[in-house]
Amino acid sequence: MKSRRMNKIKKTLAFGLIVSLSVIGLAACGGGNSGTETGGSVVTAGSTSVQPLSEELAAVFMDANPDYTVDVQGGGSGQGIKSIQEGIADIGALSRNLKDEEDGSVSKEITIALDGIAVIVNKDSAVKDLSLEQIRQIYTGEITNWKEVGGTDAPITVVSREEGSGTRGAFAEITKVLVKDDAGKETDMTVASALIQPSTGSVKTTVSSTPNTIGYVSLGSLDETVKAVSIEGVEPTVEMVIAGTYKISRPFIYVVGDKVSETAQKYLDFVLSEEGQAVVVDNGFISVN
Amino acid sequence: MKSYEKAIEKLILISAIVTTVSVALITVFIFKTGMPILLQYGVMDFITGTDWSPTNEIFGIMPLIIGTLAVTLGALIIGVPTGIACAVYLSEIASKKTAGPFKAAIELLAGIPSVVYGFFGLIVLVPAIRNYILPIFQKFNPELNTSGFSILAGAVILAIMILPTIVSLSENAITAVPHEFREASLALGANKRETIMKVIVPAAKSGIFSSVILAMGRAIGETMAVLLITGNVAQMPGSILDPVATLTGTIAMEMSYAGPTHQQALFAIGIILFIIIMLLNILAQAVMKKMGGVNG
Repeated sequence: MKSRRMNKIKKTLAFGLIVSLSVIGLAACGGGNSGTETGGSVVTAGSTSVQPLSEELAAVFMDANPDYTVDVQGGGSGQGIKSIQEGIADIGALSRNLKDEEDGSVSKEITIALDGIAVIVNKDSAVKDLSLEQIRQIYTGEITNWKEVGGTDAPITVVSREEGSGTRGAFAEITKVLVKDDAGKETDMTVASALIQPSTGSVKTTVSSTPNTIGYVSLGSLDETVKAVSIEGVEPTVEMVIAGTYKISRPFIYVVGDKVSETAQKYLDFVLSEEGQAVVVDNGFISVN
Repeated sequence: MKSYEKAIEKLILISAIVTTVSVALITVFIFKTGMPILLQYGVMDFITGTDWSPTNEIFGIMPLIIGTLAVTLGALIIGVPTGIACAVYLSEIASKKTAGPFKAAIELLAGIPSVVYGFFGLIVLVPAIRNYILPIFQKFNPELNTSGFSILAGAVILAIMILPTIVSLSENAITAVPHEFREASLALGANKRETIMKVIVPAAKSGIFSSVILAMGRAIGETMAVLLITGNVAQMPGSILDPVATLTGTIAMEMSYAGPTHQQALFAIGIILFIIIMLLNILAQAVMKKMGGVNG
């Protein structure tokens, strides 16, 4: 009897030990994000367009400051705002301007880089140059055949990004596919028959594998599989975006909430420093300085 | 020994509670997030509206519901006869030696990640529909055009994806039919075809039906593969070569960049999806009860 009882006590103790150990373990994991201890860590989350740049910035920052860690997460621009609201991340990354309804949860926004958007067509297309107005007419469905813009007689297949995408937002705003009425209400006029692809990569794959398509991707991810058209005679290159002659470009923004940890501030200072902006330029984006 | 057993019993009870609580929590969370906008926008307007344009604050999900149902129905039309025929062949006709490699291949199908199916569809199926299927359709309707991103592409890929579910569950059901049924049928002078069609398949119908329901659940819920190949156009389709957007695809695609109101609307889609799947489950259970059968 006695030994059986001892056994029970032992088991209860063991069980209790396991539970308390795992609780301590979890608490320790959670503590890593607070960023108050020396060295400390920063979490950035948000736009997948900004993510590759953030990763490069973080790598250089961590090389220079081995005590610090920067954890770069994706999720999308909307997620960037949500993460700083919920305290999951120290810094939110956006590839579009803040919306009015999001303004309340952000105490500071910092533009870290500029990005151009390239308009791409299938490699077999005869079209080399389009005006902003022609692009607007194609994306709103007013022009539906390539022959109307100097191509062959074939229907245009419009490829766009999903609603809410930073790239789509920036593209629609610049090309005036997004119409603002007198009351300031914005309406996205993208033609309803446009194919929607959820990422830069799938837009490229769709345009490269489907004849007579037109799409748009960020300048940094342009490659040989598709043909980028010039806009009103200006080639989509970094030089032209800096010069301000290439018309379709957008900001990359970091946002922070009310509380900015010392570590986060140190990282932000680094990003805006000459060293940080050099990383921006190295990655094919455009420096804000 | 007894106290040890009691502890195990408690652990099992805790596992059961965790499962149930997870379901309850997910349900509460989805409803809590999605309900406000559903009520504010109007449930009927939300479901019957034909324009999905969230950045313009227009939330009509009829095209998405039609898209999901069209792709699912297409997948079932292609996948169910193929799957059942395959199950009958494997359990009744093929010898054990022949059936082996077939079974291994079908099990392998179940292990392929859905994004790979989607990529296969994007690279192979979509161009094939544009280059080979479209000309056939154009013989009847020269006006028709397609980029290849279509209901058909989604239906074919989903049909392949649901095959393992249908084949393995139906095969189990058919194998479970008592041997006496076959012997009695053959003894009465029925040939093999008659035995299969009139005795074995009807006896296993409840199991076969449940495999179809599970497959349908998978087809409705499948996101990634469909997302890549249906074109995601929130528009009422005119033919099976038209692109469509699905409920799950729209949630997955738009959640990442959505603003606050838009996000709520996506959760509201989640509510509708939840209700559709619940209704299908209830319907399936009712039908299965009525059917009875040896596996019921």
